[in-house]
Amino acid sequence: MSRLVAERDLEFLLYQVFGAEQLSQYPRYSDYDRESFAQILATAKGVAEDYFLPHFQQADAHEPQFDGSTVTTIAALKVAWQQFADTGLLSARQDYEHGGMQLPALVHMACNAYFMAANPASAAYPFLTSAAANVIRAFGSSAQQQLYLPAMLDGRFAGTMALTEPDVGSSLGDLTTKAIKHRDGNYRIKGQKMYISGGDQDLTENIVHLVLARIEGAPIGVKGISMFIVPKFRLHEDGSLAARNDVQLAGLLHKMGYRGTTSTVLSFGEQDDCHGYLVGEAGQGLSYMFKMMNEARIGVGLGAAMIGYRGYLESLAYAKDRPQGRAPTNKDPASKPLAIVEHADVKRMLLQQKTYVEGGLALCLLAARLVDDHEANHDEDAGILLDLLTPIVKSYPSYYGPKANDLAIQVLGGAGYIREYPVEQLYRDNRLNPIHEGTHGIQSLDLLGRKLWQHQGRGQKLLFQRMQATLQQAQQHSQLQPLCAQYGQSLQKFMHTVLTLGQTLQQGEVDKALANSAIFLDVMSQYVVGWLWLEMAQQALASSSADDPWLQGKLHAARYQIEWELPLAEAQLPQLQSFNDSWASMQRDWF
Amino acid sequence: MKVLVAVKRVIDYNVKVRVKADQSDVDLANVKMALNPFCEIAVEEAVRLKEAGVASEVVVVSIGPKAVQEQLRTALALGGDRAIHIDTEELPDSLAVAKLLKAVVAQEQPQLVILGKQAIDSDNNQTGQMLGALTGMPQGTFASKVAVDGSSVNVTREVDGGLQTVKLQLPAIVTTDLRLNEPRYASLPNIMKAKKKPLDVTTPADLGVSVARTVKVLKVEAPAERSAGVKVASVAELVDKLKNEAKVI
Repeated sequence: MSRLVAERDLEFLLYQVFGAEQLSQYPRYSDYDRESFAQILATAKGVAEDYFLPHFQQADAHEPQFDGSTVTTIAALKVAWQQFADTGLLSARQDYEHGGMQLPALVHMACNAYFMAANPASAAYPFLTSAAANVIRAFGSSAQQQLYLPAMLDGRFAGTMALTEPDVGSSLGDLTTKAIKHRDGNYRIKGQKMYISGGDQDLTENIVHLVLARIEGAPIGVKGISMFIVPKFRLHEDGSLAARNDVQLAGLLHKMGYRGTTSTVLSFGEQDDCHGYLVGEAGQGLSYMFKMMNEARIGVGLGAAMIGYRGYLESLAYAKDRPQGRAPTNKDPASKPLAIVEHADVKRMLLQQKTYVEGGLALCLLAARLVDDHEANHDEDAGILLDLLTPIVKSYPSYYGPKANDLAIQVLGGAGYIREYPVEQLYRDNRLNPIHEGTHGIQSLDLLGRKLWQHQGRGQKLLFQRMQATLQQAQQHSQLQPLCAQYGQSLQKFMHTVLTLGQTLQQGEVDKALANSAIFLDVMSQYVVGWLWLEMAQQALASSSADDPWLQGKLHAARYQIEWELPLAEAQLPQLQSFNDSWASMQRDWF
Repeated sequence: MKVLVAVKRVIDYNVKVRVKADQSDVDLANVKMALNPFCEIAVEEAVRLKEAGVASEVVVVSIGPKAVQEQLRTALALGGDRAIHIDTEELPDSLAVAKLLKAVVAQEQPQLVILGKQAIDSDNNQTGQMLGALTGMPQGTFASKVAVDGSSVNVTREVDGGLQTVKLQLPAIVTTDLRLNEPRYASLPNIMKAKKKPLDVTTPADLGVSVARTVKVLKVEAPAERSAGVKVASVAELVDKLKNEAKVI
C-alpha cells in the first residue's frame, strides 16, 4: 500500500462518490476514460514517491541557503521539479491549444494529493507556478501570454504571487508598493514584499512574480490596486533572457515548517529600475488575484488534508506494529503485550484522524468536481456552491489536519516527538495552512459576511438541498437511519441559526453578527463534513459487501462524525444565536 | 532497426498476494494489475534505442485476455510505436508463450527482441531462453547494459561471478535485469497519444500455435510463516545446530 494515501479510498472518492467517469460526457473531457485516469494517477504517484518523498526530511533539515547574492536549494529538489515538468503535470489543466491536456480538475486534484502527502514544501514550487500561469492565461494580454506561458508551463520559469508586505498582511487594501508610469508605456515598481513563497530559488532560469501595487495617483483602498508581471530577468521579444530586473532578494525567512520552500523578503526597485507590466486593467488587481487565490485556497485545503492523511497512515502503521501494554482486564504480566492499535484510546486517536483526513480529502475533491461542473459544463449553480464552500474547503482541513497530526504524534508517544519519525515534521508543515492564503479568521469573515448571502442566498439553498438529497438516500439503508435522524434534527437547528445571523446582518448589526465568525466557520464545517460522511457511508454500503473491513471503517468514521463531532458543533449554536459577546466585549486593558 | 518487446500483465508489485480458498491459484479478483517491472525495463531500453537513433520502430506484444491491452497502452505511452495483442483466455505457460512469440518474430522480423528476464508472478525465467532455442537467435540474458554495434550487439550480463559481456550477431534476444535502466514515467501527453497508436489483435489460432498447458498446477499455497529465532550461547552451539538441526554444513 502506498504510504501517501490509501488508494482504495482515493478511487472510491473519484469513481464512486464524485463520478469521475461521467466527466467524459463533457465535451472538454471527451478524450478521457477511467483507464487514462488510472495511467495519469500512476504517473503522479510514481513521480511523487520516487522524486518527492525521498527528500521530504532532507529538505527540512537543509533549508535553502542565501549567501547574500544567490539562493541554494538541495539537488534533489531540482530533479523533482524537472520530473514534474517533464511528465506534463505543470500544464495538465491547460487547453490543448495551449499545449495542455485539459485534465479534469477532479483527477488533477487527486494527482496533487500524492505530491502534497509526499512533500508539500517541494510541491509548492510547481503548484504556485501553475496558479500564476492560470492568472496570466485568464487576464494577461495575448502578448504577455505568448511571452511567459510556454516557459512557465514547461518548467523553465517559475511563478509566484506577491501580495503581502512587511506592514500589510490580511488587510491588502492598505498595501503601499508603488507603480510609477514610465515613458516607455510600462511601469516601474517600488516597494517591499514579504513571505513570498518561491520568491527566489535556483531551480529555474527565471521567476515571474505577480505583484500587487498601487499606481501613483490611484485611490486608496482595494480599488486602487493593480496587478503587474515583474520578471526576475526581463525578456527579449523572442522570449530569451535580457537584463536582470531590479528585484532583489533582501533575505530568507526561517520557518517552523515548510522549510523546503523559500520564504522571501523581496525588494522591488531599489535602483528605481524595476520594470513591471500591467496585467489587464488598472484597479482590478485584487479581483484578478482572487482568481488565483480561490484555486490556491482549495490547494491549501488539499495540502492540509494530505499532510494529515500521511500522518494518519504513519501512525496507523506504527500502532499496528508496536507492542505495548495489555488489556485493562489482563493481569498476567507474562502474557504477550498487545499492539497499541488494540487499546481503546489509541483507536480513538486513529479514528479521529481517519475522520478528519478522509473527510477533508472528500471536501477538496467535491470542490474540484464543482470546478469541473462549472467550467466544463457551464453549470452556474455549481459555481455558486463552490463559491460558498471555498472558505470551508480551505479551513476545515487546515484546522483539523494539524489536529490529526497532533494525534499522530500522540499515537507514537516519545517516538512521535523525535525527528527519526516524520510525524513531528508533518505537524510543523501543516501548521502553516491555517495562516496562508487568507487566515482562518479571514475565511470566517468571508463565509459569514459575504459568501452565505451572495446570489440572494442561493449557495446555502443549493447546499441544504444537496444535504437533504443525501439524507433521503442514506435513510434507505437501515444501518444509517439513526445517524440520518440525528443529523437531520441537528441540521434544522443549524439552519435556524443561519437565519438568525442573516437577519441580524440585514438589520445592519454587522459587528455583532460577525463577532463569532470563526466559531461559526468551524460549526458549519462540521455540518458540511457530516453531510459528506453520510454520503460516503451510503455510497460505501451500496458498493461493497457487509463483511468488508473497509466498509466497516467507513461506517464507524461516519458514526464518529455524527455522534461525537456534530454534537460539539451543535452545542455552540445557542451562543452563536444569542450573539454571545464574552470576547467581543473585552477591552484591551482588561487583558 | 525494428525492436520487438514482449510485455506481461501481472499482479502489481505493491499488492499483498493471497491464495484462493480452494488453493487452485493466486486470487486475482479485484486485485490491481500492472506491467511486469522487468518488462517495463525492456520497453524503456527499446525506447532509448529509438531515441538514440539506433532503433526505427518499437513494437510491443502481449498475450492474454482483453485486459492486457491496458498494459500494451502503458507500453505505448512509454514510447512504443504500435502494439500486438494475442487474444486468449488461456494462461499459456512459458513454452506456449515462446512459441507464440516465435510466430510474431517470423511475421515482424525484428532485429532485436527484448524481454524481461522473468515475470514477478511466477518467476519462471524461461521465455527468453526458450524463444532463443526455438528461433535459433543468439541470446544475452540478465542484461545490465546493451550496446548495439552495427550488425551485432554487446550485452553485459549479470552473472553470479560478476559481469560478463557477450557479443551477439543480430537478430538477437536480450532479457533485462533490474540494473539495465530506470524506466521513466509516462507523460500525460504520451498517455493520451498512446490511445491513438495502432493496436492489432490476433489469436493463437491465427498464429497456428496451440496454447494448451503442458504443465499442470497441483496446488498453490502461501509460504510457511517464519518461526521465531533462538539465541545460542556459544559458537560451538551454533555450529552444532547448523550441522545437526539445519543440516546446512
